[in-house]
Amino acid sequence: MDESVKPTSRRAFLKGTAAAAVGSVAGAAAAGTPDPLITELQDWASITGAGVDETPYGLPIRFEADVIRRNVEWLTASPISSINFTPIHALDGTITPQGCAFERHHSGAIELTKGDYRLMINGLVDRPLVFTYEDLERLPRENHVYFCECAANTGMEWAGAQLNGVQFTHGMIHNMEYTGVPLRTLLNEAGLGATRDFEDKWVYVEGADASSNGRSIPMEKALDDVLVAFKANGEALRMEHGYPVRLVVPGWEGNMWVKWLRRIEVTDAAVESREETSKYTDVYADGTARKWTWVMDAKSVITSPSPQMPITHGNGPMVISGLAWSGHGQITRVDVSKDGGITWETARLGKQGDTKALARFYLDTVWDGAPMLLQSRAMDETGYVQPTKDQLREQRGENSVYHNNCIQTWYVNAEGIAENVEVS
Amino acid sequence: MSKSPNLVLPAIGGIALMLGVAYGFSSRNYGADTFALLEDRVEKAEARMSSASDQAKAAAERVTALELAVAEAQEQGAKGTNLTAPAPQMEGTYGLGRVAMTEEIAAWDVDVLPDGRGLPEGAGNAFVGEEVFADKCASCHGDFAEGVDNWPVLSGGFDTLADKDPVKTVGSYWPHLSTVYDYVYRSMPFGEAGTLTPDETYAIVAYILYSNDLIDDEFELTHENLGSFEMHNKYGFVIDDRPELEYAAWRAEPCMENCKDAVEITMRSVFLVETPAEGGTNSMMNPAKVEGLPSFSAAGPSFIREATPKPVKAAVEPALETEQVDDGEAMIAAGKKVFKKCKACHQVGEGAKNKTGPHLNDLFGRTFGSVDGFKYSNTFKTALDEGRVWDEASLAEFLAKPKAYMKGTKMSFSGLKKGGDIEAINAYLAAFGN
Repeated sequence: MDESVKPTSRRAFLKGTAAAAVGSVAGAAAAGTPDPLITELQDWASITGAGVDETPYGLPIRFEADVIRRNVEWLTASPISSINFTPIHALDGTITPQGCAFERHHSGAIELTKGDYRLMINGLVDRPLVFTYEDLERLPRENHVYFCECAANTGMEWAGAQLNGVQFTHGMIHNMEYTGVPLRTLLNEAGLGATRDFEDKWVYVEGADASSNGRSIPMEKALDDVLVAFKANGEALRMEHGYPVRLVVPGWEGNMWVKWLRRIEVTDAAVESREETSKYTDVYADGTARKWTWVMDAKSVITSPSPQMPITHGNGPMVISGLAWSGHGQITRVDVSKDGGITWETARLGKQGDTKALARFYLDTVWDGAPMLLQSRAMDETGYVQPTKDQLREQRGENSVYHNNCIQTWYVNAEGIAENVEVS
Repeated sequence: MSKSPNLVLPAIGGIALMLGVAYGFSSRNYGADTFALLEDRVEKAEARMSSASDQAKAAAERVTALELAVAEAQEQGAKGTNLTAPAPQMEGTYGLGRVAMTEEIAAWDVDVLPDGRGLPEGAGNAFVGEEVFADKCASCHGDFAEGVDNWPVLSGGFDTLADKDPVKTVGSYWPHLSTVYDYVYRSMPFGEAGTLTPDETYAIVAYILYSNDLIDDEFELTHENLGSFEMHNKYGFVIDDRPELEYAAWRAEPCMENCKDAVEITMRSVFLVETPAEGGTNSMMNPAKVEGLPSFSAAGPSFIREATPKPVKAAVEPALETEQVDDGEAMIAAGKKVFKKCKACHQVGEGAKNKTGPHLNDLFGRTFGSVDGFKYSNTFKTALDEGRVWDEASLAEFLAKPKAYMKGTKMSFSGLKKGGDIEAINAYLAAFGN
């Protein structure tokens, strides 16, 4: 297809719906003219294409060059201690390719080789141990798909409808298939006899980077489903996600998924590190704050249509699609509203949801060209229903920054343009 | 499937024979040796055929066995048997990893618990800390821990936690002093983590406490008293109570129809902040001028009111080079920017109160040291008695070198050095005059 048919920018689309119209007319051959893309011999159907090995490790084709992570410069002081956003508006299915999965660094992404990698387990264990990368690959490992969501995802929305794009409002999330060793296996190697009663025990985990980003995790979770992971989506972790080894803490806030994991200490108290006191605590309207708010509650959002994904095809059949997830387990149901929450329809799940992983939902519908206020509402296996912004604010005020799992609204106008709004 | 090896069998033998014969006829020597060679080849081909036959039989047996296995697996599958399993947990251990040495643990295990366990021996006070802080921390956190640009503010913010924009500093928010030591020693300075000595760290922590008015400059912070130091917001935290307050109410069958009477759009992102517009995917804003906003009811959307576009609020203040500023308003704007260096201690504008420093409303024309309720240093008390009055000239002199102009002032600020900054501050503060 001629590149010029695809609008090169949203602005171009805005100015000239003509280009898009040409595309759709040609595709349908509505004027009774045969489509030259079919009737005329095209270069690609005649001359040969690229040989193998042209790109030994392939990247997406250049026509997809705008499907990339983006940051919002004015949000943080420096890109070294900052965050960017997954282009969830342009993805489908549930697995996030590593190359466009959001990054969050506190002191920048570091280069650490497998050869230089060491993992220490110390504290209240029988034998403090040091593992090499090779040691980890000799222990029994598991495969699991989990979402990783920054606690601050959608945080801007506490104060109102802000950034105009699902990438920016909900893009601090990714979903990958991890390969790794259960943390309990490593703790067992070090011996938990010395910890005796697990009730009041914690593991303190930290990374090898300058920030170290230490967090305390209760022993019960550490022995449950936490993974020491070294592969994601079948290949090595990317540098920006903690190569060669990161922690995977299913269903819990992304800050606990320590990258470049270098030390695990069994303690008899939470360390109350900077990342679990001054940050990642939720201030409520009266000035008190909640701490240890680890679980990410059920949440969903429509990824298309959305401000970055307008409806360009006009009236008729269309697919409303989005993502849903819950830190408490499986997504069991997603409802979609086209009128701002007056009426709801139950959407179709792409497949049975994995526990603590993204689920894809679809509402196959017909658009009559009327404006819509699109919303989605997730339910998880505990029966929890994703709350509205009003419900959340009633509980917590507007200052908590973190854990905003509100129902999101996109206003789609008669031209198919979508905008981030709040509704009564 | 099980028959295919038998079908292949004659083909293998046939090709072997043909190859042998073809080789023979193409040879120019038809002597006995050649025939012997050919016979030998035929024998070998027959042997291969026989061996291939055996292999085929074996393959057929394997196929039968596999078919049985598949049938069994299908049967198991139908019964719900799942071959996936979690990683096995040994009774004992795998014996992998080696014992960590004491020196190794000492090098990495530097975390500090709230009760002070883990602190290395050492001491420091704010007097020493001021210098260390100016050298290693102030470029991001400001001379008074007030924060530069978007970098964290470390001081002040007391009594703001219930405000619309709470100022969460070490003084106003952090519940444990151990956290400050732990974080500074391990992860600061930014770009030079792990280079501070314990004594430098104690001094920096003491200076941060001092900048929050929590200790005086002679207080000696040590490994012995740090763990028991009580922070302002120690009791400001509750453990996650979402299960009782939220889950209990929000685990209920949701409404599906006629859930509201009508829905109106109450807020639009287009008016609030600037969304990045690069890479060809800039978000599309509704052209609010040409279109009214619909109202929704159970009957569907209807247009009942016109949109009233508000001006877009700039996300980032325009950068102003103070040197180039010439008109009054721009000068005030530039002064506002410079005032960031002051506002950790001084308030100005409507409702301004005394903080670490006195409020600065109606500054020009006011007598030195005369703001009610502020505890001035002796040098300002003397100036009050002398009847000295603030004007643009005296403020300029003071701000150039505060400690030289007012010997003994509590204001520990080294002064404004950049050309134009003082003029800008003068213009800014004059704007809050009577």
